[in-house]
Amino acid sequence: MERDDLIANDSYSLNATHDAEHGRVIRKKIYFVTILLSVITTAEVLMGVFFKHGTAIWPFVKWSFIVMTLVKAAYIVVVFMHLGDERKSLKYMILAPYAIFVLYLIFVGITESNFINEVWQTYGE
Amino acid sequence: MAGEASEAIDKNVLWDGGRSPFSVSYGKMMMWFFLVSDALTFSGLLVAYGFARHAFTGAWPVGEQVFYSMPFLSGHYPLLYVALMTFLLILSSVTMVLAVEAGHRLDERSVKKWLALTIVGGLFFLGSQAWEWSHFIHGSAGYITTVDEGKYWLTEEIPHGKTAIDVEGFGLVANRGEDNEIEYTGQKAIEIYNSRVNHVSGANMTQNEYGPPQYANFFFFITGFHGFHVFTGVLLNVIVFISLMKGTYRRRGHYEMVEKSGLYWHFIDLVWVFVFTFFYLV
Repeated sequence: MERDDLIANDSYSLNATHDAEHGRVIRKKIYFVTILLSVITTAEVLMGVFFKHGTAIWPFVKWSFIVMTLVKAAYIVVVFMHLGDERKSLKYMILAPYAIFVLYLIFVGITESNFINEVWQTYGE
Repeated sequence: MAGEASEAIDKNVLWDGGRSPFSVSYGKMMMWFFLVSDALTFSGLLVAYGFARHAFTGAWPVGEQVFYSMPFLSGHYPLLYVALMTFLLILSSVTMVLAVEAGHRLDERSVKKWLALTIVGGLFFLGSQAWEWSHFIHGSAGYITTVDEGKYWLTEEIPHGKTAIDVEGFGLVANRGEDNEIEYTGQKAIEIYNSRVNHVSGANMTQNEYGPPQYANFFFFITGFHGFHVFTGVLLNVIVFISLMKGTYRRRGHYEMVEKSGLYWHFIDLVWVFVFTFFYLV
């Protein structure tokens, strides 16, 4: 199995420095992500203004909002928070709780609230 | 899997066990731990919001119909203000990541510049949120309810300390926005207004003009909790900025403290991305 605890030169977080050349590459990536996040946000706002709730296309719009949000979140975490540059074990330690608990919480919360809604609609106040 | 590190690193930065798991420093790892737990809190709040919304049988307010105002401008600008707030937070996240990058090049001048811009962005965001809250709480002219459960929207705002008779062109609208919309003016409107049981205008913890009480409660709690995080983030950045001015990090030889407060700052942006979608868009 791949060893993930070895500390080579410069891989320890306190020694993580880079030169001006490498800095330019990193900044280029930051600007790319900035433009991407702005474009997605603009698209979200325009969709929010032009598509109305309750129309036939709305479920599709709603799911595209959620997908766009997840794309934005992924870019913020991986590039801005540098999680992409961390050790694999650290990545999993941070992301696993969400894959396990939050997805489950969302499932339980939405299922249960839909049932409650149904009960109210069936039996009234 | 587990084994000893191949190279001895400085005793000052090692953890007490003699090793540094994940090859990150103690402080950075604990910031991640904190963010993991904090993100779970926000997940819980947003799922609770989703729960209330799906369980509610009536019409839940639509974001673009509640948030359509702009400061200094009258008219309808759906979601524009909150979109500007989002851009502001994204941009301040960008200046923060540029400060971290400059820190890795040991370029202190740039770190100061970008961190100062981040603080300014954060303060602007806080100000915008204060305006948004004030507007949400104050609301419009509102509506009245009558004994027979009629709901009439006011066409004109009644100033504090005045009654409907004092307001010129006072009118009431029933079934607003529907096909059978009726407008009452003059004596009839004043008569209905005087028979009101309740006048709802703006929002507070028990009632609001936008929708069910939970709507305003979740708005206050979720955006308030996020705003509190922004405030804390600005405070952390100011402390880091003071240390920068005093040259603490130059003496230390690395700028990891900027990176740590940067993690927190990006997290605030991350939470806002979700709040923006689930509170304003969906």
